[in-house]
Amino acid sequence: MKKPTLIKVAEALAVIAAIGLAATPLALLTVRSLAQSWYWPRLAPPAWSLRAWRYVFSPTAEVLPSLATSLSVALVVTLLAVIVALPASRVLAWEEFRGKRAVLFALLLPVLTPPLAATMGVHSLFLRYGLSDTWVGVALSHLIATVPYATLMLTGSFSRLDPDYEAQARTLGAKTIDVWRSVTFPAIAPGLAVAASFAFLISWSQYLTTLLIGGARIVTLPLTLVAFQRGGDEAIAAALSLVFLAPTAAVAFSVARFLKESR
Amino acid sequence: MTALLLDRLTVNYGATRALGGFTLAINDAELVALLGPSGCGKTTVLKVVAGLLPPASGDVRFDGISVLPIPAERRGATMVFQKPLLFPHLTVAENVGFGLKMRRLKKGEIAARVAQALQLVRLEGYERRKPHELSGGQEQRVTLARALVTEPRVLLLDEPFSALDENLRGEMRLLVRELQQRLLITTIFVTHDQREALAIADRIALLLDGRIEQVGEPRDLLLDPSSPRAARFFGWTLLAGERIGQTVSTAAGDLKLPHAGETGSCYVAFRPENVRLCACEELGANLTGRLESLIDFGARWQWRVRLPGGEILAAEQTNMLCQCRLRAGDEIKLFLPEKAVKYFAPQDKTK
Repeated sequence: MKKPTLIKVAEALAVIAAIGLAATPLALLTVRSLAQSWYWPRLAPPAWSLRAWRYVFSPTAEVLPSLATSLSVALVVTLLAVIVALPASRVLAWEEFRGKRAVLFALLLPVLTPPLAATMGVHSLFLRYGLSDTWVGVALSHLIATVPYATLMLTGSFSRLDPDYEAQARTLGAKTIDVWRSVTFPAIAPGLAVAASFAFLISWSQYLTTLLIGGARIVTLPLTLVAFQRGGDEAIAAALSLVFLAPTAAVAFSVARFLKESR
Repeated sequence: MTALLLDRLTVNYGATRALGGFTLAINDAELVALLGPSGCGKTTVLKVVAGLLPPASGDVRFDGISVLPIPAERRGATMVFQKPLLFPHLTVAENVGFGLKMRRLKKGEIAARVAQALQLVRLEGYERRKPHELSGGQEQRVTLARALVTEPRVLLLDEPFSALDENLRGEMRLLVRELQQRLLITTIFVTHDQREALAIADRIALLLDGRIEQVGEPRDLLLDPSSPRAARFFGWTLLAGERIGQTVSTAAGDLKLPHAGETGSCYVAFRPENVRLCACEELGANLTGRLESLIDFGARWQWRVRLPGGEILAAEQTNMLCQCRLRAGDEIKLFLPEKAVKYFAPQDKTK
């Protein structure tokens, strides 16, 4: 069916607006990171420079160590969150048991409670067990936020999969590992990809939790970023923001591609 | 080549008993239909045989050897479910070859056996299709090929055609029977449809409330139900009555029995199609009822009668010499031949 011109124009405008909303801040950040002495009321920077970028990647800025901390925390948190969420969501989706609603509610609690309140409580607990100011403590505190998300998402994937598929595979001669590899995993892979990337992104963008639990010892990228933004050098803050955004964009992009393929 | 023995199986789901002392012996290469209303435990039996569900007590034996310690994937009992459950990310050929791949067979052998299996179910040339490109009947033929290709010792079919329309179901039934007899696979076919069971099975096991009510060849179950419950399941009408000597008196009339027996309340059962309508008493009528409707097709009558106890009889009969003009609402006489009556002694008066 041919669409009326007015609707086509409206659709095109909507797409442009959506792209613009996403792209404008990125473009501004890029320009800002490359600009030299750019002040109001100038529309364009008077001169360009790689100074900010050079500084960000220099050893004095200590951006690279915080990047490494962020990456290591986020990757381990993602892995652990998925490992915990897989069996939990499988049970939540397929089994009926007393108190299932209570468990689901408890899973939502860390998402609902204000992070500051929750983290304060966790902090006093971690202090007692010597986990504050440690890498392990930071990773654990990130897990509190990521496991519920991952579990709830995978619960959706499992409830869309008929458990009889596993029974069918078994009677056809598939061992437990084969059932997982050949039947269950392909069926929940899209949900798993989304859950894992969410876990990664949530851990990646934690600020308050890392600040409180990690003291000033465990420095992740968001902490560095905030420090530089306070420092007032806008070009460096902009460059750092782009560094901070890069893995996020990479994750979002690859998940989108994967979901498109698996459809 | 497997004889199957299900020995006093008991299965509980929490507090509810799904099977209570279920015993059934199936001969090598025999097709037994497990027939019963939904929720009577039929699927549970299959899951226990397949190894998907451990019984609380009892034993499953293949050729006399207990298979309970053998896990489902090595038991050689392949199940075909009610839903096709084709793996959506695999092609038809990959679905059929799934069991062979799990057994780590060589690619060439898998391809050859898959082709053979698809030929059996008449789906040559469908190898590269995806499940969503198949019709319902084709899907179930793929599941059949997928089960047969592994050469199972026991084939378990759980109402595999209940989602298909009537014509297709008949066709699939014939296909299953043909393949089962060609490959000589011991088979349990679960169904709630007595016509399906009658059409396909060597023997029928009637399952009611987790217990076998009666086992036998299709004609035995049809003509000689062993209990009032079995009779009712196969469409017999049951009348409660009092027996005195050779006579059972019911609300609808007195029926004569061939032998004298003990006195007491009992049941008699008969099939409505053995009842004849009659208004003029020439036949020696022995029951009375009220005619609810009568459609006269000339050569045939199609009628419905309500007996005094509230039972409804509906049947067709070829027209007789009766010249009476019958109308709906009339009190009429019915004739039930003595040999069409089945008598259930007081002790089998279970419901």
